[in-house]
Amino acid sequence: MTSDDAAVHVRDLTKTFGATRALDGFDLTVPHGEVTGFLGPNGAGKSTTIRVLLGLLRASSGTARVLGKDPWRDAVAIHHRLAYVPGDTNLWPGLTGGEAIDVLTRGESGERHRRRRREELIERFELDPTKRARTYSKGNRQKVALVAALSRDVDLYIMDEPTSGLDPLMEAIFTDEVARLRADGRTVLLSSHILAEVEKLCDTVTIIRAGKAVESGTLAELRHLTRSTVAATTDADPAPLTRLDGVHDLVAENGRLRFDVDDRALHDVLPVLTALGVTGLTITPPSLEDLFLRHYGDELEPVTKDAS
Amino acid sequence: MTAATAAPTHRGQRRAVGPLTGLRSLLRLHLRLARRGILIWTLAVLVLVPASIYAMEDVYPDQAALDARATLLDNPSAVMMTGPFFAADHYTFWAMVANELLLYLLVPAAIMSILLSARLTRGEEESGRLELLRSLPTGRLAPSVSALLVVALANLALGAAVASGMLIGGGGTADSLALGLATALTGLVFGAVTAVTAQLTEHAGTASGTALGILALSFMVRGIGDVIERDGSWLSWFSPLAWAQQMRAFVDLRWWPLLVSLAAAAVLLVIAGRLSHRRDLGAGLRPAAAGRAAASAALLAPGGLTRRLVGGTHLAWGIGLFLFALAFGSLASSLTDFAENLPDLAGMAPIRLDDLTGSFSAFVLMMLAIGPVALAVSGMLRMRTEETAGRLAGVLVAGTSRARLAGQWFLVVLLGTAAMQVLLGLGVGIGVWSATEDTAWIGEMTLAALTYLPAVALYAAIALALYGLGSRLAPLAWLLVVYTALVTFLGQMLGLPDWAMDLSPLQHIALVPSEELEVMPLAVMGVTAAALALLGLALLRRRDLAAG
Repeated sequence: MTSDDAAVHVRDLTKTFGATRALDGFDLTVPHGEVTGFLGPNGAGKSTTIRVLLGLLRASSGTARVLGKDPWRDAVAIHHRLAYVPGDTNLWPGLTGGEAIDVLTRGESGERHRRRRREELIERFELDPTKRARTYSKGNRQKVALVAALSRDVDLYIMDEPTSGLDPLMEAIFTDEVARLRADGRTVLLSSHILAEVEKLCDTVTIIRAGKAVESGTLAELRHLTRSTVAATTDADPAPLTRLDGVHDLVAENGRLRFDVDDRALHDVLPVLTALGVTGLTITPPSLEDLFLRHYGDELEPVTKDAS
Repeated sequence: MTAATAAPTHRGQRRAVGPLTGLRSLLRLHLRLARRGILIWTLAVLVLVPASIYAMEDVYPDQAALDARATLLDNPSAVMMTGPFFAADHYTFWAMVANELLLYLLVPAAIMSILLSARLTRGEEESGRLELLRSLPTGRLAPSVSALLVVALANLALGAAVASGMLIGGGGTADSLALGLATALTGLVFGAVTAVTAQLTEHAGTASGTALGILALSFMVRGIGDVIERDGSWLSWFSPLAWAQQMRAFVDLRWWPLLVSLAAAAVLLVIAGRLSHRRDLGAGLRPAAAGRAAASAALLAPGGLTRRLVGGTHLAWGIGLFLFALAFGSLASSLTDFAENLPDLAGMAPIRLDDLTGSFSAFVLMMLAIGPVALAVSGMLRMRTEETAGRLAGVLVAGTSRARLAGQWFLVVLLGTAAMQVLLGLGVGIGVWSATEDTAWIGEMTLAALTYLPAVALYAAIALALYGLGSRLAPLAWLLVVYTALVTFLGQMLGLPDWAMDLSPLQHIALVPSEELEVMPLAVMGVTAAALALLGLALLRRRDLAAG
């Protein structure tokens, strides 16, 4: 893919702060019209990458193109075509939420669209725009940033852990809004450290660890990385399960079963469980923590692609 | 039940829980937060006090010089800027030290206490850190008591430095100690004032701003009170600064005015405690009212956000400085009464005998110009605050370029300070007019005030250039402001050499209307300001922005 085909195209990006290497030869591609997840533990370099993409930081080396332009040189031109949601929104304490939204969306060309969306989003997110920002909770400050960004009619939305501080109800509304953006053909880069959120929303995922991309591809391609935990209740002998490929760490005790299963092997496991006459069943999706613990440990070695 | 499980419960029961629980660990924390500031203030005083005394010894070697000095100081503007004049008939060297130095020890002590008190009380609360501390086993009063104990300790250190400085300079023991104690207690009074203002508002900035305003008012009340009667009138006693000065150190020492300071501090602290009982954590006494649901056109106009962020401060200071200017200006008439007996005036301030009113007004204008200068720098540094708080990124991503945002910021700050200069000129002009009944002063002083605009722009441009160079370097601009204030208020009194005086841009402005207007220095400052501002914008485009 050439650099202008993708909305965001990053190659071999390095950013150092003194002796610290925040980014160390990082690659990222965000195709047009798709939602790309950007996963990594705290301190891996997600925010640094995003701030390079916004032209707030200057890359030490490597290339970054956003909407076909250089984010450092053409920051303003790019900013007219993108919207940004920071992970920890800090607002002017003396301005009301409504005023802050307007300040953050100033200079927008599609004024009518923005007005309509602004009202709609304020209603959906149940935000009181007449309150001063200093009285807002973290979740409410986050809503202000979301309303401001989502009310803009732009090509690219960059979101840095946008749901931090939101309650599950608001998270659902956020998910819905991102789905709308995708249906509209907009491009979204969604950074997160919650795997479930990324799974729900994203077409492709890039995983960053210690400033390097350790994995990237569609979620289907990354299936080999994920392993769910199954807990079941049955009186039958669990021996048939042990013969299956992809079942790990089986423990049977007092009629209760517990094991891990590779997600791609799940469809082989379910008939066996049915045959065992299971009376209770929970399948817990993998968390990012599990994934990192299992695949990366403390090393930076990228995972080998032949896990299947 | 085993001993192992029983132990924690017992320990929990034994521990006393009162309003001061956890005071000791809080005290350690607050000292840790404040120790660097306290050290710097204390060391600065310890060095500057003996240095000033030695400088004065140089300038006033014998009684003849001191007598000349006394005659010189026996006028309203001098009394305004120093203190009650106790030793007019026999102006000894140490009477001079007490008279001319004390006020400039009291004011820094007050400023230190205000900033420290606001930071440790409302500052910690506003940032949400107090909430975290209060969730620990901490008594309700412990954080405030600990903060004020630290303020008291800081003042004791400062007072000790003052006393030691005096002793090193050769002052008498009792009088030196008295001055040290007076400095410490005056600082404490203003710390207590801040404890009260911190209860009234939700912001540390407003709390310290209000307290600083009260300090300025105290300065003025004391000055006018002392002008009414040169060793202090009934009005003087309304100012905490006067209580220290009325000890008459090195002239006719009396200790009881210290009790007034102590009592005032105690009363203020009780008031603060009472007020804190009546409000919620994080709240002011007045609940915040609902605001506009959408931004006004003015807020969205170019520079609108800047106007909103710095406008309130500019307005408040503008009004305060205008009142100061009025008060100073109206003193101009009383000057002529002194004109006949005045010897060489140049020792104290650039005031000329043949045009006393004009030169005095011009001097007042220069002193007051420190206000707009400081506000120009603080206005530009507000941009740095916005950057480090992560709020600048949002504005930039909304589609403004850095250079444009900073350029508009610069212009808004310039316009605000220019308006303030006009107010200053009007204030001095109206004051002089009220004293002389000559309306021409109003226009003349307003025009004279405008000659400071290139210099004010220069300070703002220096702040912008430093900010462009790096967010951390920007506060260095304050050094120049402090230096300018030092040169303007004390330069001639301390006998600073010409080159040191010339480092302050304000020194290059002709004292219009008593001197001829000199266009050249103004043009040079204006061009330098423009160049530095452009440099700052260029540098800002080249550096990384902080968090956001």
